[in-house]
Amino acid sequence: MVAIAKRQFDAVVVGAGGSGMRAALHLAEANLKVAVLSKVFPTRSHTVAAQGGVAASLGNDGDDNWHWHMFDTVKGSDYLGDQDAIEFMCRKANEAVYELEHFGMPFDRTPDGRIYQRPFGGQTRNYGEGPIKRSCAAADRTGHAMLHTLYQRNVRARTQFFVEWMALDLIRDQDGDVLGVVAMEMETGEVMILQAKATLLATGGAGRIYSASTNAFINTGDGLGMAARAGVPLEDMEFWQFHPTGVAGAGVLITEGVRGEGGFLLNKDGERFMERYAPTVKDLASRDVVSRAMATEIKEGRGAGKDGEYILLKLDHLGAEVIDKRLPGIREIAMKFASVDCTKDPIPVVPTCHYQMGGVPTNMHGQVYVPDGTNENIVRGLYAAGECSCVSVHGANRLGTNSLLDLLVFGKSAAEQVIRDIAVDKAFKDLPNDAADRSLARLARLDSATSGESVAEVGAEMRRTMQLHCGVFRFPDSLAEGVRKMLAVVERAKHTIIKDKSKVFNTARLEALELDNLVETAVSTMISAAARTESRGAHDRSDHPDRDDVNWMKHTFWFKEGDRLQYKPVKLKPLTVESFQPKPRVY
Amino acid sequence: MKFSIYRFNPDVDAKPRMQDYDIALEPTDRMLLDALIRIKEQDDTLALRRSCREGVCGSDAMNINGKNGLACISKLADLKEPVMIRPLPGLPVIRDLIVDMSQFFKQYHSIKPYLQNDTPAPEKERLQSPADRDELNGLYECILCACCSTACPSFWWNPDKFVGPAGLLQAYRFIADTRDQAINERLDNLEDPYRLFRCHSIMNCVDVCPKGLNPTRAIGKIKDLMVKRAV
Repeated sequence: MVAIAKRQFDAVVVGAGGSGMRAALHLAEANLKVAVLSKVFPTRSHTVAAQGGVAASLGNDGDDNWHWHMFDTVKGSDYLGDQDAIEFMCRKANEAVYELEHFGMPFDRTPDGRIYQRPFGGQTRNYGEGPIKRSCAAADRTGHAMLHTLYQRNVRARTQFFVEWMALDLIRDQDGDVLGVVAMEMETGEVMILQAKATLLATGGAGRIYSASTNAFINTGDGLGMAARAGVPLEDMEFWQFHPTGVAGAGVLITEGVRGEGGFLLNKDGERFMERYAPTVKDLASRDVVSRAMATEIKEGRGAGKDGEYILLKLDHLGAEVIDKRLPGIREIAMKFASVDCTKDPIPVVPTCHYQMGGVPTNMHGQVYVPDGTNENIVRGLYAAGECSCVSVHGANRLGTNSLLDLLVFGKSAAEQVIRDIAVDKAFKDLPNDAADRSLARLARLDSATSGESVAEVGAEMRRTMQLHCGVFRFPDSLAEGVRKMLAVVERAKHTIIKDKSKVFNTARLEALELDNLVETAVSTMISAAARTESRGAHDRSDHPDRDDVNWMKHTFWFKEGDRLQYKPVKLKPLTVESFQPKPRVY
Repeated sequence: MKFSIYRFNPDVDAKPRMQDYDIALEPTDRMLLDALIRIKEQDDTLALRRSCREGVCGSDAMNINGKNGLACISKLADLKEPVMIRPLPGLPVIRDLIVDMSQFFKQYHSIKPYLQNDTPAPEKERLQSPADRDELNGLYECILCACCSTACPSFWWNPDKFVGPAGLLQAYRFIADTRDQAINERLDNLEDPYRLFRCHSIMNCVDVCPKGLNPTRAIGKIKDLMVKRAV
């Protein structure tokens, strides 16, 4: 084994977004020795870009309770979400939000001083009767306020951050236990083993597999790639959320909070078309429904713009005062990225890749597992939380504001499980001799390659392929071709070349390493999508336009080895309440 | 479009240099960051930080035609050619456009940037009136990009002693929060010839802030509180 620096921690958290920092905080406050690795300074993690709010049935402006929230989440998931985990999340929501407020989160306020709440898509009162105010918001900068608050609280707890370190691979021994990660310091190129009793993946989503994405450049699915290479399957990767309102051309997110505050969508004829698709809640239907409606309008020639390529989001009727108070960031974004003053004119928007419902399979305690029939074989030492994980609370479609809730609730519950497990397994296991070999081989290939394709070219081909073959509407022949193309992209990614061979802050090398993770994400998506012969949530197939509850009430698991698929039934049984049985989904 | 970009890699360069690029842009390239990414596609040795590309993460702060700003929200159409791109001034350069921000974050951490309230937390939220909450507007939105502090001559001279506009803005963010109970300690922490009082209201910070925030005003309010406390 090559001599390589090594450090030991009770827990290593990979990623410093919302879930990673919520987990790290709990671990640090429990006086564990914890290291948090992040490719960027923590407050630059992509949670910072979340806008509209975090869901909790506080009932600060009208009655609410977790049963309604749970029903909405199950229905929003198109009945693919596991109902035990959904009950767990919805019941923990209020506590999670109050904790955040106690940490100093600058929520907006109601006239009586409580946390301000606004309506959001798919969040309803009394099991679908109409919109409800459940989204706890700090203007349209909720993610920013949350991420900074969590960072600040970690500063107080003296959490140890490894800033601008990239985790490269998991260390897994012969028993299948995870013993830490191999990581690289970006500034120096130095590689180190971080040995840990618990390794928590909190690496966020991988929306950068698509050309048109609301996601940050750093969202490259690093945890997914690491898991896949270590033999852990990826769950439900066919389900990607296309957010209805990305700025046309730019991809930048416009929060659903715009519609929550009373904005609505128009086609080129000025028709409020959502009234046809979702008569009860209209523009506040769940995101898959709204995105499909928009794509249908565009496809049928009712899109606005020179080539009928986008839809209009109208909010000027809210008035400049409301916009400046509740949606100031949106006004800024519309001005900068669409050259539109939204207090006067509508914003051009299109459905844009936004969120990964699938991910590393975990139970509600953040423990990663490999399915075996209906059994869940726990991978000892490995945990995951937030967007990189699949609990699954979002099933086939996530509701807006449930992602910030997910990362708070499951960030903390994963940390609680880590604490319980470490109390039992107190000693470090011996590292295998080949602990760092995979990472070192990947680096050595990049250092020595003298010919090959550029990372930018292969990445562009991957994004084009995803966009063309695995978008809002999916077609069997196109999916099959997408699989063929993506398998070729996977091969090409093994033969990239970088001209920059420097050790110092080599961002070309980082992008090449990120591409390894992106292609695992992309190929798992394409293969899982091609195999699911039904339409459910965000997965819409022309040849199987209906949901098939007889054959497809099950989760997909993709294994890198052999591109193999396996399935496991959805958990319909909640923890304490009656199941919500699948019903036709009408909004 | 023509660009002249500061290049320095300690691995290979004895000293920094400016490198000229002339690149063809696509119609979809609106912002400076789009152009820098085009350049990087051709020359992968150019190193810069970037992430959200919408002005909220604070990664891609740099000096653009002499003024600090975020590449991702600087419109190419507004930039005079050749566009001169340099790293943020006043901080050590690690490589190309990437600076060492340790000193900047050290100052941010020095103001204890977290809510301090030792009373037992209530069952639900701590109440705060909308008017009290409004006091935090223009403060909490800071993205820690460092455009302001690295545009401040006082910070250039005393980065180890002067907190700088970003840190002071956050100091006031907690002072102004009705839920925080450590106002006196926070003022004590700043009562020093350097930490606060090196601000001479030059207002470069206000001029460059990509989020339109006003650290000078926040610093003025802290100074007012110090005076009030003294009398």
